[in-house]
Amino acid sequence: MLRDYFNFALGTISHRKLRSWLTMIGIFIGIAAVVALISLGQGFKQAINKEFEKIGTDKLFITAKSGFGAPGTNAAVELVEDDMDVVKRTQGIENIAGYLMVNSKVEFEDEVGFFLVLGMPEGDERRLMQETYNIKIQEGRGLRDSDEFSALITNGYAEKKLLGKNLKLRDKIEVSGKEFTIVGVIPKTGDPEFDRALVLPLDAVREISNEAERIDVILVKVVNVNSISSMAERIKSDLRRARDVKKDEEDFDIQTPEQLLGSFNDILDIVQAVLIGIAAISLLVGGVGIANTMYTAVVERTKEIGIMKSIGAQNRDILLIFLMESGLLGLIGGIIGVVLGFGLSFTVEFIAKSALGINLVEAYFSYSLLFGALAFSFLIGATFGILPARQASLMRPVQALRSK
Amino acid sequence: MKRSVIRLENVWKVYKMGDTHVNALQGLHLDIKEGEFLAIMGPSGSGKSTAVNMIGCLDVPTKGRIMLDQHDISRLDESELAQIRGRKIGFIFQQFNLIPTLTALENVTLPMIFQGTGEGERISRAKKLLGLVELGERIYHKPTELSGGQQQRVAIARSLANDPEVILADEPTGNLDSKTGSIVIDFLKRLHKADGKTIIMVTHDAALSRVAERVEFLKDGKIVKSLNNK
Repeated sequence: MLRDYFNFALGTISHRKLRSWLTMIGIFIGIAAVVALISLGQGFKQAINKEFEKIGTDKLFITAKSGFGAPGTNAAVELVEDDMDVVKRTQGIENIAGYLMVNSKVEFEDEVGFFLVLGMPEGDERRLMQETYNIKIQEGRGLRDSDEFSALITNGYAEKKLLGKNLKLRDKIEVSGKEFTIVGVIPKTGDPEFDRALVLPLDAVREISNEAERIDVILVKVVNVNSISSMAERIKSDLRRARDVKKDEEDFDIQTPEQLLGSFNDILDIVQAVLIGIAAISLLVGGVGIANTMYTAVVERTKEIGIMKSIGAQNRDILLIFLMESGLLGLIGGIIGVVLGFGLSFTVEFIAKSALGINLVEAYFSYSLLFGALAFSFLIGATFGILPARQASLMRPVQALRSK
Repeated sequence: MKRSVIRLENVWKVYKMGDTHVNALQGLHLDIKEGEFLAIMGPSGSGKSTAVNMIGCLDVPTKGRIMLDQHDISRLDESELAQIRGRKIGFIFQQFNLIPTLTALENVTLPMIFQGTGEGERISRAKKLLGLVELGERIYHKPTELSGGQQQRVAIARSLANDPEVILADEPTGNLDSKTGSIVIDFLKRLHKADGKTIIMVTHDAALSRVAERVEFLKDGKIVKSLNNK
């Protein structure tokens, strides 16, 4: 019987094509937006998780707290080489690296720009950085301890996106007035920040930036992965003592990848919830459109309702016929919306990856999202059809038959 | 003595129109026997339509009883009435009243859907009935693609879908020219003679009423004259 009503509804919907399409637009825009947002949100989360997995769970990151405290309490806080020595002395550390990031004027021939320059430390420190950030060499060679004025360029330079010229090995560039020779090219990593950076030896960066002591990030690899939280606490108390700050008033942060990931996911969830909430409003509007169309249909088909009742349709039958029709309006809108939504998110992924070089934008597909969205769209249609369908089902046959 | 199929006992129908009450039926008595061909005649405003609604279980009386197969149906609710209508009564309307979005075949299967008949049985029965009214070639046509006479024949086939005891025809030829009208009447006669159906036909055409075995004249909501054509 339900199948008959389904066919019946399908016939009616295709009979009133224009109106059905207009009604469905409301639903499919909403569903497309929701699906695309969920798909991209989940995809982004997965990509971020993957990135963190690459870093590994046995690392800690120590950074200076940015000056958000009460005025005067922690102005111009920075970590210095001494802090690194303190951390280095903590038990249970396998390896440690400290690096510096500055913005510098970069010149090549007649092209000029200001870009991020990363100061790469030497020896074991460099190896830890390479491991952690997965730095590979595509052409030429990596930095050596003996390098003084050598540079690694990242993809952005090689592909002419930064300086308007295609930089290659053995080219000479000027950074803050000093000349560096390009010795290696780092392939695209997908991290847009890093792909725009220039890598120089740490000492050279200290020289051009006049930062003899400052360290931006101390990277710590612990011996035992399981003890990472207690290691973080131990380093915290050592650093507190050395920097002479009270507990809970630390002017530095120690974070594990998991913590970073956790807070990142929290923020992402909130952003996603807000966006989906906004998209859901358009679904609500679409639902109201369905209700409106169904009310019109009930009035227009009053006579038909009378005929069906006179040949034996019970109230329940009429109710189901109209609910099926409104549900189907939602469902068809949903099918189009799902296709559009996934289409949109995969297009965004494609554009992000190919044109912008951002690997973190990924479209996520799952059958539960697909069928969930379809079921939801049917439900919206059916829900907003309840009142019109009820009105139809309660019509008195005599009056209904009499209508024109 | 044949058994009563439908019996109206002192049936009153009062419509409220603002402050005034309109008595559409005022103590109507009508006893319809099994296998009978009855015509109900009367001028407009005589209560014909209201009487049809009562006989067809489309409405319930304000006062009085309607007995269908010895059961009082005057106090049943709408869904129970719908069930009874679907099984016991086949309607033929003046305006054909086919569902415009459905084909002839689908129109005929519709009453069976409401009775929960299986799909295979529905379709074979509907095809047979459409063959009976000589529309076997046009079963996939929509009502708009059929002439008035053809539409009314589809309606006849539909009225027979659940093999009802009673066929209730409300001015069945009112929208047809005399030639196609007489074809429709011939089908009704055949249903009466060959299949033993009880036919109740409402008309204001005296010539048409002569095909019936019995004619009841209605005026001011009451029977004022009876005529036996047998």
